[in-house]
Amino acid sequence: MTTLRYVYAVCRPFEAPLQAQLTGVSGDPPRLLPHGDLVAVVSHVPEADFSEQALRGHLEDLDWLTGTARAHQQVVDALTAVITPLPLRLATVFRDDSGVRVMLEEREAAFGRTLDRLDGCVEWGVKVHVEAEPEPAAAPAAPGPKPASGRDYLRQRRQQSRAKDDLWTRAEEFATGLHRSLSDTAEDARLHAPQDPRLSGAAGRNVLNAAYLVHRDVSEEFVESVDRRAKDDTPGIRVELTGPWAAYSFAGEEDAGEEDVKDKNPGEAP
Amino acid sequence: MTTPSRLPDPYGQGQSANLADILERVLDKGVVIAGDIRINLLDIELLTIKLRLVVASVDKAKEMGIDWWESDPALSSRARQDELTRENAELRERLRELDPGRVPREAP
Repeated sequence: MTTLRYVYAVCRPFEAPLQAQLTGVSGDPPRLLPHGDLVAVVSHVPEADFSEQALRGHLEDLDWLTGTARAHQQVVDALTAVITPLPLRLATVFRDDSGVRVMLEEREAAFGRTLDRLDGCVEWGVKVHVEAEPEPAAAPAAPGPKPASGRDYLRQRRQQSRAKDDLWTRAEEFATGLHRSLSDTAEDARLHAPQDPRLSGAAGRNVLNAAYLVHRDVSEEFVESVDRRAKDDTPGIRVELTGPWAAYSFAGEEDAGEEDVKDKNPGEAP
Repeated sequence: MTTPSRLPDPYGQGQSANLADILERVLDKGVVIAGDIRINLLDIELLTIKLRLVVASVDKAKEMGIDWWESDPALSSRARQDELTRENAELRERLRELDPGRVPREAP
């Protein structure tokens, strides 16, 4: 059976052992492929599953994608426990080891710069959700007496919609304030598109979906400050913290690909 | 290279991590390198859009600004119609160049 090389991440050489029994996307344990001052973390995958054509089909298969994405993330996660990896996008595949080496050689300088920038940092994800149906709270008219007149009814409606507006205003202020204060502790920050609750399964509406690049040394502090803000009296607003992740959201930008150079000057012709 | 210092315990991660969080990172983020096996990134982007469509209604998708199918002739009869109209206009134009005077200038 022909096998190909699936690359999870690039990092600096390291001594620490990876967790035992770690398996990659096709059940093959990840191996280290050193080249110069870099190491590619690869595993062998069957061509039957990772040829162009096979991949195209697989990527449309949610179950396959889920399994592969989790396996990819698991390897990157194991690396994050021992070093600062530069995570690659899902399904970066080469024919053989020498193809991987050539890639490392060609991008050595760019990888080096990015790894230096990310060194010692992890990524934390912070999301703010607004609970969809705020209890018609705050409305002073408690479990509402039946409106005595059309005017009362209108007044109640107005109060309810004001409570909703209040919630959105508060949520926006809260998210802005949270993002600002977390950005102070972080080396860098990225705002991502809000997640659709039907994909994430999270309740309410996602109003902030941010990633923060945080030094390991201050990660504890960072987490505490998220916890503190989350515990503030903020009915209807929920804060969700995920991490530590490898610095996925910060891996791209300076990677010196020609495309990126162009991206930096969107208005100018090359 | 610094050795990682102690990290806080993971939050919402590992085996229990939300699929949306994982896909967001491994499909949308991370370094993009063209390997020997060329996967058209457009395919992947298409997939993530499809994923959203799997779980979101069409109206919701439009609300989110996702409306690629509207201009894809394979998926939308309106786009097919538009394409036909454009093709007709192009043909008319070329005919007119070949034989001015015989083809009416006016497009539908």
